[in-house]
This record gives sequence, C-alpha cells and structure tokens, in this order.
Amino acid sequence: MARPPVPVEELIRNFGPTLKYMPPGGWVNSGSHANETLVKTHCCFCGQQCGIQLRVHENQVVGFEPWDEFPFNRGMLCPKGVKRYLQGSHPDRLLDPLVRTDSGFRKASWEEALSTTADRLSSIQRQHGKDAVAVLGGASLISEKSYLLGKFARLALGTRHIDYNGRLCMVSAGTAYKLAFGVDRNPNPWSDIPEAEVVLVAGSNIAACFPITTDYLWRMRDNGGKLIVVDPRRTPICRKADLYLPVKPGMDTALFSGILHVVLRDGLHDREFIDKYTTGFDAVEEYVRHWDPSRTAAATGVKPESIEKAAHWFGASRRAMALHARGVEHHSHGVENVSSIINLCLATGNVGRLGSGPNMITGQGNGQGGREHGQKCDQLPGQRHLEDPEARSYVGGVWGVPPESLPHTGYTAMEIFEAIHRGEIKGLLSICFNPLVSLPDAGYIREALNKLEFFGIIDFFLSETAHHADVVLAGSLQEEEEGVVCSGEGRVIKINKAIDPPGNARADSAIIVDLAQRLGKGEYFPFPSTREIFDEMRVASKGGIADYYGITWERIEKEMGLFWPVPSLDHPGTPRLFEDRVFKHADGKAHFVMAEVRPGGDPLDDEFPLHFTTGRVVSQFLSGTQTRRIGPLVDQRPEPFAELHPDLAAKYGIESGDLVTVSTRRGSVTVPAQVVKTIRPDTVFIPYHWPGKKSANLLTRRTLDPRSKIPEYKSSACRIEKAKLAGGLKPNGELNVLEAR
Amino acid sequence: MHGYEFYVDPSRCIGCQSCVNACAECGTHRGISLIHLDFFEPTQTMGSAPMVCMHCEEPTCAEVCPADAIKKGEDGVVRSALKPRCIACSNCVLACPFGVPKMQSSQELMMKCDMCYDRTSVGLRPMCATVCPSQALMYVHPDEAARLRRDVPVNTFRFGNEEVKTKVFVYLPEGDDALDVDVQNDIWSPEE
Repeated sequence: MARPPVPVEELIRNFGPTLKYMPPGGWVNSGSHANETLVKTHCCFCGQQCGIQLRVHENQVVGFEPWDEFPFNRGMLCPKGVKRYLQGSHPDRLLDPLVRTDSGFRKASWEEALSTTADRLSSIQRQHGKDAVAVLGGASLISEKSYLLGKFARLALGTRHIDYNGRLCMVSAGTAYKLAFGVDRNPNPWSDIPEAEVVLVAGSNIAACFPITTDYLWRMRDNGGKLIVVDPRRTPICRKADLYLPVKPGMDTALFSGILHVVLRDGLHDREFIDKYTTGFDAVEEYVRHWDPSRTAAATGVKPESIEKAAHWFGASRRAMALHARGVEHHSHGVENVSSIINLCLATGNVGRLGSGPNMITGQGNGQGGREHGQKCDQLPGQRHLEDPEARSYVGGVWGVPPESLPHTGYTAMEIFEAIHRGEIKGLLSICFNPLVSLPDAGYIREALNKLEFFGIIDFFLSETAHHADVVLAGSLQEEEEGVVCSGEGRVIKINKAIDPPGNARADSAIIVDLAQRLGKGEYFPFPSTREIFDEMRVASKGGIADYYGITWERIEKEMGLFWPVPSLDHPGTPRLFEDRVFKHADGKAHFVMAEVRPGGDPLDDEFPLHFTTGRVVSQFLSGTQTRRIGPLVDQRPEPFAELHPDLAAKYGIESGDLVTVSTRRGSVTVPAQVVKTIRPDTVFIPYHWPGKKSANLLTRRTLDPRSKIPEYKSSACRIEKAKLAGGLKPNGELNVLEAR
Repeated sequence: MHGYEFYVDPSRCIGCQSCVNACAECGTHRGISLIHLDFFEPTQTMGSAPMVCMHCEEPTCAEVCPADAIKKGEDGVVRSALKPRCIACSNCVLACPFGVPKMQSSQELMMKCDMCYDRTSVGLRPMCATVCPSQALMYVHPDEAARLRRDVPVNTFRFGNEEVKTKVFVYLPEGDDALDVDVQNDIWSPEE
C-alpha cells in the first residue's frame, strides 16, 4: 500500500519545500567567475520556451544572462525565468535513490532501487497481466525522454497504459486541431501576431501564464490592430484590450456560436474559401442560426452589442487571429469550445496566411513536442496513430519488433487513476508528473495512490505525489541532459546540458534505459546518450505528420530552431502551416466540426449557486514542484487566495484578507479572500499550484471531455462562506504543514 | 550609452515583477532589488506601473545631498550613493520628485537604480529592460523607438513651477510634449 510512511510534516522537514534565495555560495562573490561559462539553452518552465543563458561555474548553475539573439523572446523573461537558476544546487535536491521504510525514506544504492523497481513491476505483471502496470510521463521532458518512455512502456513493460500530464493541459485543443486540420500543431509562428489586424484572446491569462506573448500583443496594437479578450476575469492584458467579453465560465461555445451567427448574418464570411477548401459548413451554419445575439447574451452574460462588435471586427478583417488556452480547453466540452473558435476562423477564411488563423498557446515546456512521439496512450512517434496498421508496421520495423507485438490503445491519465481505484492497475511508474496537486478531485487521487501495490517514481525533488512512492529514483533537472523540445510555435529547439546531475542522481534517460535492461529488453535500448535516442526518433518520425527526419541538433543551433515538418535535411522547415490550402485530411480539406452547447459536469443549483474556476499566478508553475522551492517566487505569492467580486463579498460579509471557505460537492478549501472588481460576481477563482488543504483541486470534479479526456478544471459549482477559523494560516513555506492525511 | 536610451511606458505593464526579480540580479547590487513597481488600487483595477531612476539632468537627489555622495557621470547616468560618503540621512529619499532612492537601513546606505551601470557601460541592456515581457521598460536606439511605438517619448516633467528634465523617457499620447504633474500647470491665470 503506497501510503506516506510518516506524517507529511516530517517529510516536509526532510525534503522541503525549502525556500532558496541565493546562488551557490551566497550573494557575496556571486559576480562573474574567471572560469565561468555561459550555456545557451531554454527556460525549463512553460511552452513559450524563452531562450536563456545559464551561468555555470564548477558544475553549478550560479545565475543567468539574457540571450538577446534568440528570436522568440530577444532577452525577455518572466519572473520564473529570471529565478529558474535557483532550482540548481537546491537543498531539497534528491542526491540518491530512496526506498520507503516504516520510518520514512532511506537512501539506497542504484542497484537496490532499480532491481527492486524492475522486480516489483515484473512480479505484478506476471501475476496480473502486462496491463496491470501503467506508466505516466510529462510534457516538461525533452522529446528524447518522452520518445524513450513510450518505447519503454510498449517494449520493455509491454503495457497498453502509458499517458502523460499533457492530458490535463491542452489535449482538447490538440484533438480539435486534428479534427479540423488533420494535424495537431499551431498553424502560425508567433511573429505573425504583430501583423494581425485583430487578435481575439480566449481563456488565456497571458500576463500570468505566457508573459512574453504580451509584447507580441502590444506590438500588434502599436501597428494599429485591435485586441479582443474573452475571459470571466479582467486579467492584466485587458488594460489595453479594445473589447472585453466577460464570458460566463463554461459558455464559450455559445459565445463563439453567437459571434459566428453575426458573421454569417451580416455576410462577413469568406464564401469562396468555405466552398473551395472546407467541408461541413452547412451543419455549423444551421446550428449557429439559433444563436442570435440576444440568446447568446442570455447564455453567456456578454452584452449583445459586444458580440456584434467582436463579430464585425473579426469578420471584416482579412488578418484575424484567435489565440486560446486552458480557459476554453479545460472543460468537459473542451473540444467543442476549441472547434467553435476554429469554425469562426474557417468561416472567415482566416487560416494559412500571415497574421491569420486559430492558435493554441501551449502550456508546458515541451507541451507540443511531448505529444508528438509516442508518450500518449494512442500514439506512435511522428504523431502517428497507434491503431493505424501502416504506422504499427513502420514503427515496429524501426524498433525491430513485429507490429502485432505492439500493445494497443491504453487508458488516459485520469482513466489510469480510475483503473487503480478499481484494482485493475496495481503498479505505477511515474516521471515528471505531480498528480496529487494537478489532477482534479485530489481526495480521489490520494486514495488511488494509497491503493497501489507498487509505486516507483523518477524525480529530482520529493513531490507531494512522491510521498506515496515505494522507490524514488533520483533523476535529472532539465539543465542536466541534452535534447530537443518543440515550443508552442511548433519550433523545435535545443536544450543544452549545463551540468552533470549532482551527487548520485542520474540522467532520467539513463535510468529508463537501465530499467529496460533489467526487464530483459536491453537490446531495444542501445542508447549511450540522448543523441542516439534523437537519431532513432528522427527515423521513427519520418513520413509521419510530425516529421523530424530533416532536423539535426546541429541544424537547430545554426538556424535558431526549425519548425516541423522537416522531411529532409535540405528542407527549410515549415513556420506557417497550410499556406497551400492543403490540409492533412485524406480529402485535403479543412473540416468544420459541429460544436453544440452542452452542459458541464457540475451544474449550479441552490446549494452550490456559484461558478468555481481555477488558474495560475505568474510566479508559480503548474503543481509547484520546482517553483514552490524558489524563495523570491514564493514571496511574490506565498499562498493561494480566492478572488471574489465586491458585490458577492458584501453579500457574505467578507472583506479582503478574511478567510473564506469555498466548498463544492467534493470538498472545501479555506483561503484568504481577495476582493476585486476584475472578476464576474457569479464566479470564484483560486489558483491551483498548492498541495494539501489549500489545493484548489480538492474542489474540481473528474468530468472528462468524451473525446480528448481532458478534465473539467475551469467550471465547477461552488458555495462560499466566511471561514469559522479564528487565526490566520501558516505563512510562506509552511503550506504543506496543514496537509490532510 | 552606446547610442541607446531608456523608455518607460507604464500603460504596457502587466505587473509580473520580472523587473523586480531581475533588478536583484544586477551585478552591482546582486540580491537587492531597487526598481519600484506600483499596483494601483488592486481591488479596483489590474493596472500597475514600474519606476526606474529617471536620471535627471539636474538631479535633486545630488543637490540636496549634504555629503556629496551622489554623482552624475558625463554619460548622464546618476550613480547610486558612494558608500564611503553616504551618511544615510535620507535627504535624497525625501527630495526626489519621482520617489526613487531607497534607504537600505541595514547597510546605512542609499541605493538606487544606476541603469545597470556595469551592463550599460559595456553596451549591454539593463536587466529590467532586457527581461520586461511587455517592454513597458525598453532600452533601444532612438530610431528603433520611433519605429516601434506610436506614442511620444517625453522627458520633461512639470511639478508646478518646477520643470525637471530627465535622461529617461516616458511615453505619452501623441500631442503632449511634457508631463504636467501639478494641476497648476493646467489652470489659466491672468498675466501678472
């Protein structure tokens, strides 16, 4: 039973989070060292993948220097990028493998940790079948590692069940793009944004989550373009928005149907484009006919005149872009929400041109690349489908195994936890994933972890999820291995190794290869380093949708990245997709996909009359495994808070700073109230980066989008009350002390 | 320096605090952030604005310093207080029209933005203006600034009858040639 061996307070005392403020050796003598080197690489956090130079001295990262020449960010960085170097030489860093005992975790040798892991996983598989073991990966891993992990699950373990945390990031967007265009990648490079005449941003707090994109938006406005923002909260980019649409959580499809209604009613659509290059328009046209501005306004809470204005601006423009992120994607109808945005772009002919097209803002560092090469439960390298006989035969050939030996489609991330609950999956190997903080219904996830017969985890810090592990394999930080990622733009870039893993920690890829050998499948993993993995991945992706064959590490560095597909070594890459109006479906057309308004999984009623939604703050990244250990970032936002509108707060006698208890049908969370006029009065917002009793995901529901299996984080039903707690909560760094067992 | 000028456009600020964090990474005062970032009425608006030292042509901070600890270079950059001279009297803190100098009581020393002198003097951009994701802080050649922005860079500020000219520019909407801080500047009164 994979329960934490000792009280969480004790684990926190031993493994953090500890706040680190200073570079190794302190501020004194922290200036430039004589034999210091600068390593050009990219930030370890979000999908913007800003170029950065790490200052390296004696195998330690001691600071950073902006990298002015990298074209995407030209030196710009958000606060997370500025302070990311502080994750190096961190007191919480795992320097040895750990094995759980009755009295906590003890250091173990690699021999013991790896053989225990291999033996326990094999024994579960012998007793209960191959599929009784699952593998979880993550989209912060370089593509070489995610490729390796997919191959490891299918060949070394032979399980169907491998999935990754991109499943809870933006998989609904990927699904919608595949349905519409036959390919899951942004159609436009970011350099298109300043060239657009209108940019509609839907469900993206760009200032907090993708700060660098702000500069692209402001330059678009400097060039005379208009900015439309769709969000239940007036986020900082609204200060320069030309139009703000305060949509009710969960009603995005209704809003975009209403906007398309006006476009079609007023003849602003591109009939020629629709006829020549698309299919499926008629059904969508018929559906949106019912969404006139007054009905749309009633459903969404957006003024009819704003709906008309958005439609007129977007429809009349020849260069309109729609950017969207988790706000529209984290819904049980996430695919519909994104499809409704794509439909608007297709109807107005806005795709495949400069400054024109729908685009998703990728969340995780390798959010794009991590979903291209076989880490997903239904996928083979090159964005090939696992059930496509040709794909099985090609990849089987590259791997030297008969296609019929490849496992079939397995469960998605959330479904894996449901299967653990049912007792169907009994063993788990996880890397780069902190589901106890990041998956919905945290209480349910905790119960699932407790039920595992064996839980092995590869990580560099002891995350909250790792508290439940039987064996912790001390892995590597991003700056400790060399490889590629694909940024949100679709640009494949190079992560350079700055230092060796400290202590007895090992490179993630070496750990996985070693495990494969111990599972008796070493012959399929002849990888002394990530370079050999990349070379095999290039071949495995060849001829696929995400074709990396023409990409080499050397070309990436010389050409400041390459946009896939790059089918041959002399191919220049493809910054903008669909310029030839040929889409990746068999019929070569773009497909309108019907997007009907459906209710979410957690409807409001008298008992739970308010919308609850989650999101991020600028100083923290995702589940906080890294950023909750970086002092200056923690100080910027030490703890979560509940945003309430003054009208709502007044109704409950709540003032800013008061503790407020937010409850849903799953549980309750008590945090300080932040009373602001920038949120809809029917909506409560809590950022989700924190664990334990302050985890926003104690409140969210496990409703999945039927096609993409993304959970519904952005719309739940809640109620609030002024908390009965007398005192304040513990300050910085002691957040986990309140952890529920 | 090296042909570059510093431009501030508060309307672009998203309050992310990249500048605050990066300021503390400047080599001359690593660990201490000197830039100011103000959130206006956080309950009412998402607006925020950064404030660097404006590097006045005739720096009030230097004029009021009884210890002659604040020097302006020929490059127009007003340096932070000289450690051997500063007596931590806070005159400069009180006198600066922009509220820039900060008293570091633990060190008994006034410290303020010196436009990352270690960087700008060798042709690098200051930390804050390099990392700023919204380019509310921008350090470029004036031709580049003119190409990039529609608004007008202004470096004249009128505090009532007191006019202050600065090295750093602030963006104002087209048509304004100076920033009038005091309502007096807009009041008509008969010639005396």
